[in-house]
Amino acid sequence: MTALGAIGFLSPSLLIALAALPLLWWLLRAVPPAAIKRRFPAVSLLLGLKDPESTPVKTPWWLLALRMTALAAIIIGFAEPVLNPEPASRSTHPLLILEDASWASASDWGARKARVRAALKRAGASARPVAILSLSAPRERRLESGANLPFQPARAWLDRLPAMAPNPWEPDYDTFRKWLESQPAQRFDTLWLSDRLARKGRLSLTRDLLARGRLSVVQGRGPIGALLPAERVGGKITVPVLRLPNILPKTVTLTAYGPDPAGIIRPLGRTSGRFAKGASRLNLALDLPLDLQNRITWFRLGNTRSAGAVLLSDDTLQRRKVALFSAQRAREEQELLSPLHYLEKALQPTAEVIKAPMRAALNANPDVIILADIAHLTGAEAGLLEKWVRAGGLLVRFAGPRLAANSLQQNQGDPLLPVRLRAGGRTIGGAMSWGAPRHLQAFRRDTPFHGLTVPADVNVSTQVLAQPDPELSQRTIAALQDGTPLVTEKTLGKGRVVLFHVTASAEWSTLPLSGLFVKMLERLSVSTGGSASRTNADLIGQNWQPRRLIDAFGAFTSGKDRPVVTGRILTAGRLGPELRPGLYVNGPRHVALNVLKAGRRLDPAQWPAGVTLLPMTQTREQPLEPLFLLAGLMALLVDILATLWIGGRLWGSRAGVMSALAVLAILPGQQARADDALALRATQNTVLAYVITGDARLDRESEAGLYGLSQILAQRTAVEPADPIGVNLEKDELAFFPLIYWPISARQKTPSEAAYRRLNTYLAKGGLILFDTRDANLAGTGQPPGANGRRLQELAARLDIPPLEPIPSDHVLTRSFYLLQDFPGRYAQSDVWVEAAPPNATQTKGVPFRNLNDGVSPVVIGGNDWAAAWALSRAGQPLYPVGRGGYAGERQREMAYRFGVNLVMYVLTGNYKSDQVHVPALLQRLGQ
Amino acid sequence: MIAPAPPLRHRHSDPFAGPRHRAQAEAARLPPLLAEAQKLAATVVVGTHGRRHAGAGEEFWQFRNALPGDSRRSIDWRRSARSDAPYIRQHEWQAAQSVLFWIDPARSMAFSGDKAREEKGSRATVLGLALMILLLRAGERIGLIDQDTPPKSGLSQIERILAALGKQRGQAPDYATPRTRILPRGSRAVFLSDFLAPELDLHNTLQRAADQGVSGALVQILDPVEESFPFDGRTQFHSIGGQLRFETFRARGLRNAYRQRLAARKSAVDEACRAAGWRYLVHHTDAPAQPALMWLYAALKGDPAP
Repeated sequence: MTALGAIGFLSPSLLIALAALPLLWWLLRAVPPAAIKRRFPAVSLLLGLKDPESTPVKTPWWLLALRMTALAAIIIGFAEPVLNPEPASRSTHPLLILEDASWASASDWGARKARVRAALKRAGASARPVAILSLSAPRERRLESGANLPFQPARAWLDRLPAMAPNPWEPDYDTFRKWLESQPAQRFDTLWLSDRLARKGRLSLTRDLLARGRLSVVQGRGPIGALLPAERVGGKITVPVLRLPNILPKTVTLTAYGPDPAGIIRPLGRTSGRFAKGASRLNLALDLPLDLQNRITWFRLGNTRSAGAVLLSDDTLQRRKVALFSAQRAREEQELLSPLHYLEKALQPTAEVIKAPMRAALNANPDVIILADIAHLTGAEAGLLEKWVRAGGLLVRFAGPRLAANSLQQNQGDPLLPVRLRAGGRTIGGAMSWGAPRHLQAFRRDTPFHGLTVPADVNVSTQVLAQPDPELSQRTIAALQDGTPLVTEKTLGKGRVVLFHVTASAEWSTLPLSGLFVKMLERLSVSTGGSASRTNADLIGQNWQPRRLIDAFGAFTSGKDRPVVTGRILTAGRLGPELRPGLYVNGPRHVALNVLKAGRRLDPAQWPAGVTLLPMTQTREQPLEPLFLLAGLMALLVDILATLWIGGRLWGSRAGVMSALAVLAILPGQQARADDALALRATQNTVLAYVITGDARLDRESEAGLYGLSQILAQRTAVEPADPIGVNLEKDELAFFPLIYWPISARQKTPSEAAYRRLNTYLAKGGLILFDTRDANLAGTGQPPGANGRRLQELAARLDIPPLEPIPSDHVLTRSFYLLQDFPGRYAQSDVWVEAAPPNATQTKGVPFRNLNDGVSPVVIGGNDWAAAWALSRAGQPLYPVGRGGYAGERQREMAYRFGVNLVMYVLTGNYKSDQVHVPALLQRLGQ
Repeated sequence: MIAPAPPLRHRHSDPFAGPRHRAQAEAARLPPLLAEAQKLAATVVVGTHGRRHAGAGEEFWQFRNALPGDSRRSIDWRRSARSDAPYIRQHEWQAAQSVLFWIDPARSMAFSGDKAREEKGSRATVLGLALMILLLRAGERIGLIDQDTPPKSGLSQIERILAALGKQRGQAPDYATPRTRILPRGSRAVFLSDFLAPELDLHNTLQRAADQGVSGALVQILDPVEESFPFDGRTQFHSIGGQLRFETFRARGLRNAYRQRLAARKSAVDEACRAAGWRYLVHHTDAPAQPALMWLYAALKGDPAP
């Protein structure tokens, strides 16, 4: 292969023929144009005449130049020129395709797959064996020691390609490099689809690969944005946003999602900021009320489809509201004696402390209520408190002289105490007792405190004692060395009641003075430390169940069916197949493992010399051969005309002129005829139309769908449409069609300005476009829209679309022919959106629906893939299964048809059905 | 780049085929021409017509004063009795006349400048045959100049003439000139040709005919292409049979010279006709045939040349 800039030649040897051009020049110059022979009886009169003008015997120079150009173009054409030649494409070595397949590759994964597909096809064309390896899945069976690089025919990989997906963690270069070193010396070329990020080990792997053969690197172009774990600074939540310098757009938007009071995930807050030029890090602060802050479940960066752009929040961001009550009214001089002092000190940094009367405090909806040595609650207060606990509150009680003195619990249990208490309690190691103060027993495995180390200096001198009880041991979660319960717990409704058998002050024990106290409170979820305060020790010893896992695209999957993870693995934090990023749960505690850890930086990868950098797009080799050959032929055609002209035969032969004119006139003429034919077809009868997306399969589906709907309409209604017509938005007039079905394909080209003008005119003049994203994913809140949904947003951005709302139950569409409640297609999940009713729409008295907008909604938007449900073959057989198939599926198909019928009726009759509001009045008048 | 030469414009016959074949082909073409000629002749309403001058006939022609030398038997007494002078009753001359045709059989006549136009030869044949039919209806005798048999009347003569025409054409040269052997005295002659032969001595021919008391009409049939010479570029002209060749590098440049030569040829023919008292018409194949036929018919009815 020879390359001249962007153009290379596959058969450069043929270019030698260019040297023959001068010879040709000489030959052509020497030979004058041939004479035309004519029969002419009057030649007798010509005999003896002299040529008055001397016609050039030699061919004129410009004709020569034209011929040379034609021949040169043909020679070059046969030398197979290609635009953007791939240097490796002629290599015969096996091809190894490496994919980083990390979270940063997800945003343009489609383009990467297309790139790999193109490379596979090319490799297949030149019969090179191919191996594809994902660097983020190094522990796959393929890379076990002793295995070879899985070189296979490209065709085998093509089938597997669609199933390949990125992983939400970082690629592991070292493992692969070590494995590669164990491989026998084999030469292969490498195509590396990199995610553009600098990482440890990339450089050395690059060198190793270069040593094996040619290395081409494809860098993506998709935006790379990432969120680092959030922190609470001041009263705000700060989320650091990372980008590769100058790659993510300057302005970024961060959205926080969480459940609303009804439990539905909604955006809770949004903030945006601008990156400084060249900066790669930006701190975005989210200022929200505490209530909302505590509800935040995850953050998402813009619309970026990447696991890095999603940040799950966990307990570290929670700031619980804790209400404290004590019987004593603390006086200033007795502060250190106040039962609440230590609690306050322990909670202050990490929680919101509420000190208010019981009713007011309950109204503030605290997460935790702590009662320090309160024995008596009024009946009303006790009732409220119990209700609060049963609803999921955590009540923590501390013992004290009052509780000890209260003998009421001796016989009947207090629902707000986990155990029945013996009156009086006991004192150990005091002046009047023999024993020494007792230490704590190590925490049992099944208690929430398991894993905490017990400091030696914690001892208990006084405590309240529980009545012996069958359930006592089960409810004890911490005990003294002699086995007497120190902390007991029981569940009450959805909530829990925990009793510390000692005071919250240092009177009865040294526990409140120790660090253990804070940790115990933390384990009880009374307080939650910041991320800095959480130590591994807090997590070790527990089993963690994944609840919500992030895939590489930043979407969530349920982790309920995945095995639990031990705290040790969780704290090690090495993300991989065993430990996927996501939210892990243990009892009331949540730990989020995000893709990026604090302190991560994003730097662009550096590639050493010798690496060929290829762009992601425009990499397709463009064969120029047909172009050159065509140019050569065109030049020869011009040459024919020019020769005829020189020979005086251009106008002499009428047929030649006619054919030349026909060539010139053929294109516009055909166009005009095609337009007329379309207009005729479209206006002979009612015709449903669909937008030609350029995706042949999809267009066939639309065609079959509208054909099916047309059949149903003809069977059931007075509308008998002709066969559907596909419209080309760029060329065709839209005004003929009452309804245009527009399936969204991510591959559809954006229409031109003129096409948008036509579309807007069409919408303004009463046309209706049924948009169908075909992925049933329109209504999802929180989740980013799918590829088709985003394409729809882009396509529709320049259309004049009025405000939308999901079809209200009293919309004309629900009753224009059939009475319908929902509008299923192949899917039945998603909402269908129409133009919103005017705000002043009122309900007429005695009529079950409002007098809604006068006129037809210009768009109907949904994602139910209606065409697939409607599609009929010419033989009248449904083409695609609907729903789960079977009877329910057929019923859903029937409903889809009914929606189609309603829609066409709605388009054709407008709000006619709505006018039935007036039927009673009309009947009344007729009666008179 | 050499464009393939367009096929030569020759509709019916291959000029290079053998004479027998050509004769058969030409003969095959004649009956349709005859039908065409009959159609054409039918458009001319002849009616009964005399020779429009006194002669031996049965129809009354005129009375005229008797002149010395008139036979007394010829005096019409009834008319003379009405006046003082004797009158002679003249009958219209109704003697059958011989009309001799020369329809140019040369291959130069097998030319048409346009596919849509008929060839000159066809036009000449149609015109000649139509005129023959008209004359036969009027009772004249017709014949071909180069035919051995004498002119005869009766429609069967047409068959003989057709046969002779086909025979002539089978062995025709590129160009032909009318040969005037001894013609019946006082007969009429019709020449239909393009008169494009290289060395045409029409003057002598016509003078000889005039000497024999033969007068007639001469129609020069030309294709419009031969008038306008719409050629350009490097061209090799050759006669239909290929005997004459002429090559030019720029045909357009020759246009004026050619037209001058054609005009000279026409005026030469015209001159010869005037000198011999013949009538002369230039007829183009793109014009309808009927006016030419009318003209010919009228020209033959006219008085013999002074």
